[in-house]
Amino acid sequence: MKRKLHPALIAFAVLVFIFLTGPLVIIIGSSLSSSEFLEFPPQGLSLRWYENAFDISAFRRTMGTSFFLAVAGTALSMLVGVPAAYAMARYRVQLPGWLGNVFVLPVLIPEIVLGFSIMKTITTGYEVPVLPSLLIGHALLVLPYCVRVTGASLNSFDFSIEEAAVSLGCPRWKAFFIVILPNIRAGLIAAFILAFITSLNDVSISLFLTGPGVSTLPIQLLAHMEQFFDPTIASVSVVLMFITVGVMAVVERTLGLTFLTK
Amino acid sequence: MTVSLTLENITAHYGKTMVLEDLNLHVGEGELVSLLGSSGCGKTTTLRLVAGFLEPTAGHIRLGDRDLTRLPSHARDIGLVFQTYALFPHLSVKDNVAFGLKQRGIATAERNKRAMDMVERVGLSGFADRYPANLSGGQRQRVALARALVIDPPLLMFDEPLSNLDAKLRVEMRVEIRRLQQANGTTALYVTHDQEEAFSISDRVAIMNKGRIMQLDTPEVLYSRPANAFVADFVGFENVIEAVATGEDGDMILAEAGGALLKLPKSHFELPGKEFLLAARADGLTVTAAPGEGLPATLGLRTYLGRAYQYVCETQAGTLTANGPLGAPLETGANAVLIPQPEQCCVLPREAL
Repeated sequence: MKRKLHPALIAFAVLVFIFLTGPLVIIIGSSLSSSEFLEFPPQGLSLRWYENAFDISAFRRTMGTSFFLAVAGTALSMLVGVPAAYAMARYRVQLPGWLGNVFVLPVLIPEIVLGFSIMKTITTGYEVPVLPSLLIGHALLVLPYCVRVTGASLNSFDFSIEEAAVSLGCPRWKAFFIVILPNIRAGLIAAFILAFITSLNDVSISLFLTGPGVSTLPIQLLAHMEQFFDPTIASVSVVLMFITVGVMAVVERTLGLTFLTK
Repeated sequence: MTVSLTLENITAHYGKTMVLEDLNLHVGEGELVSLLGSSGCGKTTTLRLVAGFLEPTAGHIRLGDRDLTRLPSHARDIGLVFQTYALFPHLSVKDNVAFGLKQRGIATAERNKRAMDMVERVGLSGFADRYPANLSGGQRQRVALARALVIDPPLLMFDEPLSNLDAKLRVEMRVEIRRLQQANGTTALYVTHDQEEAFSISDRVAIMNKGRIMQLDTPEVLYSRPANAFVADFVGFENVIEAVATGEDGDMILAEAGGALLKLPKSHFELPGKEFLLAARADGLTVTAAPGEGLPATLGLRTYLGRAYQYVCETQAGTLTANGPLGAPLETGANAVLIPQPEQCCVLPREAL
């Protein structure tokens, strides 16, 4: 049986779809333009702005920095976040309820405030060099994702399998690695990807922490845009977008995307 | 290797709440002892203490000549079967079973051989490469059993292993558990809240309440001769009547209960004191039309049991449940007497529980 949909509902759905995908179409369109200005629809087709983006060494360098920060920052954050999530799930009864909320603070505090306070403490306070400051900042920024997403898969976890492992002669620290971690693999990967993307696209924290000679790709984009309003920005954005889509596609292939929404 | 398990003066607390009070328990070599009781009675706590997941506040746990009390859990060498089975979801049936052997550093070839032998023994030959998610409840239970047995532990422990299975499978699996336990001659501690399950497979059963063992004995003794009112109620003595011995008449004890004089044969009863409790199942009190020698009662609701009629009886000793013969059903409101059947009654001490 076919259900009859109200025309207004269809129109509304189409509008939402346009608003969601429209900017992407415009960005891709303008990145392919051959003119000197960021405009849509594009005047003529060319890949020169992609070439230009890769020619500018600042973009190449900052992309390297961004990737390094996303990988190392997330890894650092996982080292802290996964054990924390484990402890909070395992000792839910013994630990105070507010403890979990502490780890979400970085997303509750306005990012601009977080960025400012990190700069004030570690960059100016302790005079930590730019790159380590950025690393700490990004690790803090993505910590909520690491703790929460890992925590979600641990909350429904049956810890009796840990006890089973121990009863079979496996010390507890070892059981964590050979029994707990393999069974929350999906949660770990999900946490890593969310954190990775958040770090890669971050502006507000990096804005405060970047310094002479060290910048991230989004900050470099901002700086570039202030001087040149050309389609290079669009082409760099498209590259970033496709990296994100690529990562998601790999995840979809291996695990299915549903675990991100679970 | 057969050893015995001994718990000496074990006291345990959760925070400030005492959950076990001066508990003593001895499980002999090759014996299967069940801990039976409702939730919160301390039976699972006892098992977790022996497993080493909890530490007692006082007392000692010994397995053979080893003192387990402060030994870390992974060094205790105890096979455990969990209520939720606790199989490793990321390992196949074979690898689940081989897990304990791997922890003991047994070489791959021998490990696989022993694991496969055990998988076969529990009847899962065709399922060695399956993952737990693709097994039925009964099959998971068998894997859990195989995994605990394969390490050849001196002690096996079961924590409500059958409570997630349906009734038919429960009976099948408990026979299986008993068969494997006896074949290996392994000492075993079995925790359950199901009386039938405990009685059917145990050598002895400990009935627990509020962190104490109320009675530890063979199922036969528990069923027919409970030691106190709690156990009597637990094993289905519906009627507990307060009575006072008044004298003797030949080989009969004379006792006053519920406003009537009862004669109890000495051959069946050994009174714990002048004041005592007479406990009887519904079958142990026979309803007969008044007048007669017995406890006077006014009959209430009558139900049909197939083998007898059951009556709710109002007496001076309170509301009792008693059975009457099928031949002569009595009407509601009728006056009757209840006659205790000596071989189906028992006497208990009067004590505050």
